[in-house]
Amino acid sequence: MTTDIDEQTRVGELYMATLVRAQWRLSMSVLASATVMIGGLPLLFLFVPATRTLHIGPIPLPWLILGVLIYPAVWLAGRYYVRQSEQIEREFTEFVARR
Amino acid sequence: MNTSFGITAITAVCVVTLTIGALGFRLSRTTSDFYVASRMVTPTWNASAIGGEYLSAASFLGVAGLVYSLGADQLWLPVGYTVGYLVLLLLVAAPLRRSGAYTIPDFAEARLESIAIRRLCSVLVLGIGWLYLLPQFKGAGLALNAVSGAPTWVGNLVVAVVVVINVVGGGMRSITLVQAVQYWIKVTAISIPAFVLLSWWLHHGQPIPQVASTQPGHDWSLPLSGFGGVEHPVYATYSTLLALCFGTMGLPHVLVRFYTNPDGAATRRTTSVVLALLGLFYLFPPLYGALGRVYLPHLPTGTSPDSVTLLLPIAVTPGALGQLMSALLAGGAFAALLSTASGLTICVAGVVDQDLVRGRLRRFTGNDARAINGFRISAVTAVAVPFALSLAARDIGLADTVGLAFAIASSTFCPLLVLGIWWRRLSTAGAASGLVVGGTLATAAVLLTIFRAVHGGWVGALLTQPAAWTLPTTFLVMAVVSLATPKRIPRGTARTMVRLHAPEALSAHLGEQPH
Repeated sequence: MTTDIDEQTRVGELYMATLVRAQWRLSMSVLASATVMIGGLPLLFLFVPATRTLHIGPIPLPWLILGVLIYPAVWLAGRYYVRQSEQIEREFTEFVARR
Repeated sequence: MNTSFGITAITAVCVVTLTIGALGFRLSRTTSDFYVASRMVTPTWNASAIGGEYLSAASFLGVAGLVYSLGADQLWLPVGYTVGYLVLLLLVAAPLRRSGAYTIPDFAEARLESIAIRRLCSVLVLGIGWLYLLPQFKGAGLALNAVSGAPTWVGNLVVAVVVVINVVGGGMRSITLVQAVQYWIKVTAISIPAFVLLSWWLHHGQPIPQVASTQPGHDWSLPLSGFGGVEHPVYATYSTLLALCFGTMGLPHVLVRFYTNPDGAATRRTTSVVLALLGLFYLFPPLYGALGRVYLPHLPTGTSPDSVTLLLPIAVTPGALGQLMSALLAGGAFAALLSTASGLTICVAGVVDQDLVRGRLRRFTGNDARAINGFRISAVTAVAVPFALSLAARDIGLADTVGLAFAIASSTFCPLLVLGIWWRRLSTAGAASGLVVGGTLATAAVLLTIFRAVHGGWVGALLTQPAAWTLPTTFLVMAVVSLATPKRIPRGTARTMVRLHAPEALSAHLGEQPH
């Protein structure tokens, strides 16, 4: 019954809490991966000094990663999140509508 | 130097901006732009508009300037500006759109059911907006100076006047199309000279940047080397990254743009396109910084490194081609700072108008003053303050100043938005104390930095890049005070949460239209 949510019944609140938790978990998992991959780079440069001076052709590796490669990666992470998040909402809506 | 190209380009950009603004005013009087925008504009156009408003003088000139002067670590700036939108997408985009709020003070008032919190947020919007406007004026001064030799205050004044006319006239207010076109103008203006310069470099022996190091071990081309006298580069890198990634969601002109999306799901899609558009643009500024080190190893004395983008083409090909490219870049820089400054001024003026001027004006005139007069006074105030600051403040880099605005936004609005959207137990008292503590700490750090009260060492590093300690402090204060004051949790929290998170398809089920 969709009215459950409308009327703020306990069941409705429980549904919403489930949805919010699922979305939060998705956001946190993408954020955590981004933190490891992007936030790990300064640590990589710090603890593996060879990565600072490594050259790919004429371009130093840090310039290649930070100047070019990181942007498509961020875009893909965003796209992945959008798909997953819509999937969660679709399943939730179907579940509520079925009841 | 032949100055006619550059002056022509800048004049053209100003005239076009004002003309479109005037036309836009006529349009926006006859139709509700938001109504039109929200139903007819595709995510790609909306995303272009967001990019158009977001890419400012700091992106167009400042990034190259900092890469030029401080080297590889500054590559993190454009990365942070872009990842900020990813974080915004993950944590706040859809719920914020579903809240129906037009500005952050609107959101705060709706979520926390408190006028006091609204006022606090308004004050912060003023501070962040002014700090962000400051480098736009400075950038204008630099651009005009680089192409014409005019004193920098002339450029500051030109932008202040154009922005006031534009905003007071009502143009640009909500014209998605104008901002969208601005994005593509900026990409064109920065990419064409970049391709020409890059192919010049490829065909002329590919010389690598030769940078004389000030101290042994400090290498311009390597990250974390401390080149240019940056102390504690690891801390500085992380703190900057934190401020940019978590501050973007709190910038005054960012949320407003999201309003033209029809609903929460569309907002998400738009934001993912924004990531692609920003990534495309940010491929270019570091190139100017690096090629600057090849072809312009020494800037003329008294020249700001922020001008390197504008000076580079003339240094590479001194003829008409170089001047043409310089003019194109100066025009692009002006487009960048005019669009950002207009967007910011509208937000700041809105806040001044709604929360400061209107009540007082009514008291003086007995409700006779027309609302539009209040907005005009507010717009002039909104521009006058940063204009005065731009004349008085000492020279700190464009991107550095913008970084400070990000630091304040991340230490105040980010915790407010994230906890407000995801945590039911956020109380009014918790939110208020977090805003006060975080706002005070971050602002103090920023003021000490701007007025250069502290020199070097750990204290200097902590104050120039405060986000790493102010952001967690605000989160902590908000959470602890909220847990201690459960009675101050807004009564409508459960209902607000449904509104923020319920999918549109479900709202349709409930017979409730998205806001």
